[in-house]
Amino acid sequence: MPITIAFKTEIPRISILDEQGNFDEKLGKGLIPDADLVKLYEAMFQCRHLDGVAFRLQRSGRMGTYPQNMGQEATSLGAAYVLAKNDWLVTCYRENCGLFWRGVPMESILLHWMGDERGNAMPREHFATPIAVPIGTQMLHATGLAWAAKYRGEKQIACTFFGDGATSEGDFHEAANFAANLDIPVVFVCQNNFWAISVPGHIQCSAPTVAQRGIAYGMPCLQVDGNDIFATVYAMRMASEHARTQGKPYFIEMVTYRLGDHTTADDASRYRDKAEVESWKGKDPLIRVRKHMERLKLWDDKKEAELLERTEKLVAEAVARAENIAAPHSVDFFNSMYAELPADLALQRDTMQTHSLGQDPGQLASTDHLNAPAEHAHH
Amino acid sequence: MANLNMVQAINLALIQEMEKDERVLLLGEDVGNNGGVFRVTEGLQKRFGPKRVVDTPLAESGIIGTAIGLAMGGLRPVPEIQFEGFLGPAYDQICSHAARMRTRTRGAFPVPLTIRVPVGGGIHAPELHSDSPEAIYAHTPGLKVVMPSSPYDAKGLLVASIRDPDPVIFFEPKRIYRAFREEVPEDEYVLPIGKARTVCEGNDLTIVSWGASVIQCMQAIEKSGKSIELIDLRTIYPFDADAVETSVRKTGRCVIVHEAPLTGGFGAEISSRIMERCFLHLEAPVQRVAGFDTIMPYYKLELDYMPDAARIGRAIDDVMAY
Repeated sequence: MPITIAFKTEIPRISILDEQGNFDEKLGKGLIPDADLVKLYEAMFQCRHLDGVAFRLQRSGRMGTYPQNMGQEATSLGAAYVLAKNDWLVTCYRENCGLFWRGVPMESILLHWMGDERGNAMPREHFATPIAVPIGTQMLHATGLAWAAKYRGEKQIACTFFGDGATSEGDFHEAANFAANLDIPVVFVCQNNFWAISVPGHIQCSAPTVAQRGIAYGMPCLQVDGNDIFATVYAMRMASEHARTQGKPYFIEMVTYRLGDHTTADDASRYRDKAEVESWKGKDPLIRVRKHMERLKLWDDKKEAELLERTEKLVAEAVARAENIAAPHSVDFFNSMYAELPADLALQRDTMQTHSLGQDPGQLASTDHLNAPAEHAHH
Repeated sequence: MANLNMVQAINLALIQEMEKDERVLLLGEDVGNNGGVFRVTEGLQKRFGPKRVVDTPLAESGIIGTAIGLAMGGLRPVPEIQFEGFLGPAYDQICSHAARMRTRTRGAFPVPLTIRVPVGGGIHAPELHSDSPEAIYAHTPGLKVVMPSSPYDAKGLLVASIRDPDPVIFFEPKRIYRAFREEVPEDEYVLPIGKARTVCEGNDLTIVSWGASVIQCMQAIEKSGKSIELIDLRTIYPFDADAVETSVRKTGRCVIVHEAPLTGGFGAEISSRIMERCFLHLEAPVQRVAGFDTIMPYYKLELDYMPDAARIGRAIDDVMAY
């Protein structure tokens, strides 16, 4: 018998506004109304500004470790712009721009990195899950959240973000496999920024594209220029439409680049070529949109200056809110452990000032400190 | 009232909770068409349909991770992990997310999830089908850990677990799945999580145990002819320290029995609490009868590993003679 081809596929790649300013009229015309384009630019600008401020907060000891988002703003923003307000956005930690578009306050993100869980206590109406620290674990939650919506007969879908490194994790494959086989509408978005801390992409994936990982799960797959807001919006339209109407998952690889270090605890100059970083600076998602808007007479230096002024104020206010929030009380880390605290745990809480065992409430003269303002806590 | 074994009692609890609450759904490997490898979910897919009793891909982390998402999305998932030895692949999701999500989000995202897991040895099963990992999960803040020792308890505790607003690991001792029957009311009843049961009262010595070992303890007590109080913890976390304290203050002597390895087993925690709370009431050192700090042997030697009435009896004699 002759050898036949059991399966053959192609991965489409989408780029609409490239770094030279070339704009594909066929794909891009009418995709984003002018007024929205201005808003999207402003959102990226504000996110970028916050990123710089957050970096300086960390360097001056006012915030803990922080992962900069710089360079990757167009990925999550494109998704959040397209998704319905009640579609779940299940992210890791480099999706600030999309979360802010969703309405998550800047101070929530700042609080998180300032070591305060209240930053994660996001109202459910944002339909956003908290920052996920363990890599690649949150995609399963997206699959479950979309499954819950399907179970109730709602038209809600989920979109989950993760990095190229996360596609090496088993949970990525399990999330994709569950969504595909159980018909769950999830848009999987890989932000391929080429580096998982210091480990380059080819150690995570030997295939020519990350996108083709979705092929193995029978999903439609796309690769897009992740630094092109038009391309990310275009891809998300296709993917979310597919998920919502077919009730099935979709995979998008957004090719982007982390212009900063992995986090403020990292020094990327130890493992990345300066020339590589410089070349990606030219592909910055903000610069090309600004130039495009200038060509369309939507933008000029005056507007840029005015935006900067507005943004400085906005970010300064968010920082002030994050820094001026009342200190948490030490009992807070007990009180949310369970809906109702087991007696044992309540005893540990109530005797925490005496000694670590907490077995003898008689040691405690008074429990007044439980209701007092937390002057001892958190400086 | 019906005379049921533990498998039937759990099946009945699942039926009643699914009828009562649309948000309850079952998922796992083989739980649907096949009714589970132990037949605990037998007939449920037929009764409730494939939407509510879901055969998933073979991936434990996937089962628990998606169940966390289902719970965050407002449902009450009851995933099954086929054997306790396969909790390992799901450990990350259980401990990194299920246990932490409520406190991580300061209450914004609770995870009401009940993970059903057959546990323990004694059924001549292959490797990784006979372990007792309850202490690992009891040591993970944010979880509740339940292990019934009878059909009646299994029904009442499972109902409590499914209704609990926090994640519960519900260990089902497979050795006593079908070992005996007892009267189990059709009518709804709930046994509170965190409350122990006094199996029998006595004045000379307290035995604290849980799961299938409770049955071995009952045999040992019968053989000993002594006045022994047997406390079945029912819940490993939160555990009923008050019940243990009250009993040990009365008897002054205590033996703790569990199938899990000795070192770092939950018996160590109980023993420590007794030291803290009952020191001046003790007539003898607390003794533990437990599995050994070895890999659970294959089944030819499993009975040598698991505490039996004879070993428990020797501990009783030692403590009484002290």
